[in-house]
Amino acid sequence: MIPAEFDYVAPGSLDEALTALREGGEDAKVLAGGHSLIPLMKLRLAAPSLLVDLRRLDELRGVSRADGVLRFGALTRHHEVATGGYGLISAAAATIADQQVRNMGTIGGTIAHGDSASDMPAVLLAHEGSVVLRGPGGEREVAAADFFQDYLTTDVGEDEILTEVRFPALEGYGFGYEKFNRRQEDWAMVAVSALVKKGGDGTCADVRIGLTHMGSTPLRATAAEDALRGRPLNADTIADAASHAADGTQPPSDLNATQDYKRHLARVLTRRALTAASQ
Amino acid sequence: MTATVAEPWVGRPIKRKEDPRLIMGRARYVDDINVTGQLWATFVRSPEAHAKILSIDTSAAREYPGVRAVFTGHDLDLAAPLPMAWVPPGIEVNNPPHWALAKDEVHHVGDPVALVIGDDRYAVVDAAAQVFVDYDPLPVVTDVEAALTDGSPLVHEELGTNRCHEWSLGGGDLEAGFAAADVIVERRVVNHRTAGGAIEPRGVLADYRAGALTLTSSTQVPHFLRLFLALQLGISEDRVRAIAPEVGGGFGSKLQIYGEEIALAWASRKLERPIKWIETRSEGLLTTHHGRDQVAYVRVGATRDGKITAFHTKIIADLGAYLMLLTPTIPSLGAFVMSGVYDIPAVQTDIVGVFTNKISTDAIRGAGRPEATHMIEVCIDQLAAELGMDRLELRRRNFIDPASFPHETAIGVVYDSGNYAGALDKLLEHFDADAERAAAPAGKLRGIGYSTYTEICGLAPSRVTGPSGFGLQTGLWESAMVRVHITGAVTVYTGTSPHGQGLETTMAQIVADKLGTSPENVEVIHGDTATGPQGLGTYGSRSTAVGGESVARATDKVADKARRIVAHQLEAAVDDIEVIGGRFAVKGSPDKGMTIGEIAGAAYIPENLPEDMEPGLEELAFYDPSNFVFPFGAHACVVDVDPETGNVDVVRYVAVDDCGPAINPKLIAGQVHGGIVHAIGQALFEQIHYNEDGQLVTGTFADYALPSAADVPSFELDRTETPSPVNSLGVKGVGEAGTIAATPAVLNAVVDALRPLGVGYMNMPLSSMRIWETIQEAKS
Amino acid sequence: MAGPVRVSMTVNGTQQSADVEPRLLLVHFLRETLGLTGTHVGCDTSNCGACTVHLNGEAVKSCTLLAAQADGAEITTIEGMGQEGALHPLQEAFWEHHGLQCGYCTPGMIMASADLLSRNPHPTEGEVREALAGNLCRCTGYHNIVKAVLAAAEA
Repeated sequence: MIPAEFDYVAPGSLDEALTALREGGEDAKVLAGGHSLIPLMKLRLAAPSLLVDLRRLDELRGVSRADGVLRFGALTRHHEVATGGYGLISAAAATIADQQVRNMGTIGGTIAHGDSASDMPAVLLAHEGSVVLRGPGGEREVAAADFFQDYLTTDVGEDEILTEVRFPALEGYGFGYEKFNRRQEDWAMVAVSALVKKGGDGTCADVRIGLTHMGSTPLRATAAEDALRGRPLNADTIADAASHAADGTQPPSDLNATQDYKRHLARVLTRRALTAASQ
Repeated sequence: MTATVAEPWVGRPIKRKEDPRLIMGRARYVDDINVTGQLWATFVRSPEAHAKILSIDTSAAREYPGVRAVFTGHDLDLAAPLPMAWVPPGIEVNNPPHWALAKDEVHHVGDPVALVIGDDRYAVVDAAAQVFVDYDPLPVVTDVEAALTDGSPLVHEELGTNRCHEWSLGGGDLEAGFAAADVIVERRVVNHRTAGGAIEPRGVLADYRAGALTLTSSTQVPHFLRLFLALQLGISEDRVRAIAPEVGGGFGSKLQIYGEEIALAWASRKLERPIKWIETRSEGLLTTHHGRDQVAYVRVGATRDGKITAFHTKIIADLGAYLMLLTPTIPSLGAFVMSGVYDIPAVQTDIVGVFTNKISTDAIRGAGRPEATHMIEVCIDQLAAELGMDRLELRRRNFIDPASFPHETAIGVVYDSGNYAGALDKLLEHFDADAERAAAPAGKLRGIGYSTYTEICGLAPSRVTGPSGFGLQTGLWESAMVRVHITGAVTVYTGTSPHGQGLETTMAQIVADKLGTSPENVEVIHGDTATGPQGLGTYGSRSTAVGGESVARATDKVADKARRIVAHQLEAAVDDIEVIGGRFAVKGSPDKGMTIGEIAGAAYIPENLPEDMEPGLEELAFYDPSNFVFPFGAHACVVDVDPETGNVDVVRYVAVDDCGPAINPKLIAGQVHGGIVHAIGQALFEQIHYNEDGQLVTGTFADYALPSAADVPSFELDRTETPSPVNSLGVKGVGEAGTIAATPAVLNAVVDALRPLGVGYMNMPLSSMRIWETIQEAKS
Repeated sequence: MAGPVRVSMTVNGTQQSADVEPRLLLVHFLRETLGLTGTHVGCDTSNCGACTVHLNGEAVKSCTLLAAQADGAEITTIEGMGQEGALHPLQEAFWEHHGLQCGYCTPGMIMASADLLSRNPHPTEGEVREALAGNLCRCTGYHNIVKAVLAAAEA
């Protein structure tokens, strides 16, 4: 399997990259780790005319923490995220595909690709995080809730580059990540990210639930969240909340999972993730 | 006495001779070989499952930079369609023409319609996208049972039916057997379609020059390939050389004569250039033959005290769109062992082969025997549940008596040797079912499954399988040549064509003992029709039982000559010369002897040979077995099922296998490990699935899920050794045994786990969703 | 045709440069431009891992990288792991423990295992199995591969 022909540049600065992207027109694509894009190009499901490779942009690497926000440069690789001790974010990153993919794939790449079957988008959504986009007109920050628009469609403009992924450092939250797949290296059939903040009285002070592969975009299980928030945290309330995890979802079905089965999985996995997050 | 008896090489778990080149990345698979002047080929394939080809416009592709030629089906003036090797006497088999490139109609997605040849590996792929084909779609059928109904779309309109053939094998009085039964269990047993999944994709390098063709292919059967290249292209067989270089796994999927092999050879002759084609994985899942795909209606009758009285199965076999080399024979191979390890007085198998708009099925690891074993081993558990009897007790009550071997079954097949209770006893030394159940983790349903199996391999006694018998248009003998060089180094040429089995090592062990040398000094050459004797390849667990025996016989001839030379030189009686302490020595005077090197020296510098003896030291042997061989064993599988998600974890797997005396126990274990995982893959994950339109849904390794290391456990293996009387080594095959045995063990374990929820039976694949759905149905 | 790009990288300790098509995959650069055929291709979708090599010391799937992406990198392939008479401990262990049959997946398995042992010199069986989740083998059932990696860790 061989990609169709394309032109290639690896600019030395973000501004040069933006220029190249703009001049490349609508069929130009940004290349980070390439582990979403290159397989699609090999299968000829994607055929960009120009690849703008970000690999020389060291300014897009690394993780920093300031003002209660964890900032991941877009080129931070899954392996670095998985092993950095970032709670739910690391737990989810550690389950992405396999070690070789985690050694190349990047957090910016997977977020910008916006596949609802990928692990990180729903984690970002549950954190109520955001992304930073740089374009010719400067920089803008977009909340995750606004960023994921449809299947493989995000708010990244044709002339923009995703430069940073921001997660609020949710102090005092427990977390759980439950991913269900056939084989370890497969995409999630369904995955659930849960973040729970326990109040002093043992009630649920706050809860965030992200759903992976339950729609054309990552989703929040808001009905389940609403059912748990403010209530005592115990097996019964968690089970009750989890029973609402799939409310209103229209998950994509395939050979291995019908909509009914995915909704069922979402409820089971939500209960498990909430239980872990409440420990 | 100075010489000591050396420990024989046969039986030792020595390291493999073939490994250094493989672990250093120095092996040469087809894609590692390039020839000066070589062009690249790619195939344009049908996106339609069934359609008339109205027109093919190749003009843009021809003009694409670097393209040398574009051929379509009518350009290829071949002597005959692709071969199918089975003509069963008295049976009508519909065999629609199957051309290397489709001519006027396509019958499955992936059917090749054009061949694009050019200078560059990448550019030919671009050019192929410029071949424009106008298709007129025709109705499609992909469900094998739907294909048999009146009014079904016809895969081949001209046949007027989707029925390919019917074939039956039975013995004993079936009616009386069922009449004598107190209990009859009936099940619809589905054995779904799978892919071979060799990690090396197929590849072909055709090089025709000056009237002779050399074709290098990732094949299990270079000698068959040479024959059919000669027949198809009208080249005398002596001017065709087929080479199987290093081959990266086959599992039956490379036991085939593929259209790509024929088309590349034809094009190489036409263009007078070497041409290479390497399959991509997604192309392979569409076009490399599949396996299994049977729906069987099984009936088993038994008395209340657990004596099985009759076993009947009707197999509806999905053959796909065309008959490839062995397509329609595969279900019949299972019929020979349909009664498994049990003494059943009446057994009948009725097969109907059916065309559908999918790629053909053919031999995949086990080839018919996994399906048969699955049927009987699953139905034994079903019967035990019906009788309220312990599953192992039921098995024991029906095992063939070990004293009755060679044992003729109700259908007239003679099992060579066996001790099924012995294998089960050995299994239970390693496996305590009560302890397993007690150790079940909280929240999981633990299930235990067993499989006690035999299979038929060592293909094959030609008088049974040949044209006037079963109907294969070939013999299935094997041959070997053993050449001792003047230094005493030995080269063995085998007609088998190993591709991972380790025959370079095991054959060297066989030879080393007989010649008083070490496997290090024995090189085994295979896979090239120009370098060795003839042979028929590696499949059907035949390479040791048939190929190994031919090596043993050729070596015996060499040893006989060596003995005569030694007797002559040392003035001793020939019958007094024996191999001891690394030398051919005189019985009782072990210091009086010659090494194989000294003997070879005498043979090649023939100053002092017995009168009338030819110089040299090499011999050829052909061997056609008198019977098949029948390995057997007992397997146990422990699974944990998550009743909420339906997920299955195989947590423990114990297997006792008997393939006769071990030549190399390390390699036997490796074969069993791989076979078991192949079966676990089918039972849990792997499924070739076409949708109603005939589109392949599982067309990449992302969708067609081979298990990884993270998805399976380690295994506990043991063996019993019951020699076969069929060959001098006493050996049976083991390449397919794990795959044949393991799917019912997994399925029986899952059903065992689900019984508390009211589930009594389900079919593979045991995917999490199907298990969840089955639980829901049982609840409602 | 798209204009060629210049790539330079160190492969098994030797500096290599070439002008290549932008779409040239790293695995084809290694196999066809440099003639290092020990790295194999087994799928199209980054599932099988037969193409695993090290890029700056870490395992990657060379069928899912452009050669251009490896510009300036240090690449190690199976040919760089050990030589006749001086095998890498993983090569020795795969040989000793029969961790291969047809050998096609073996270079990728060894490279992925080396990545694991560089991060985690004494892995558990479970850790070995997880680390090899991106490498498919059809022959061995993994049993002896896992055994070999565990043995190499103790060598």
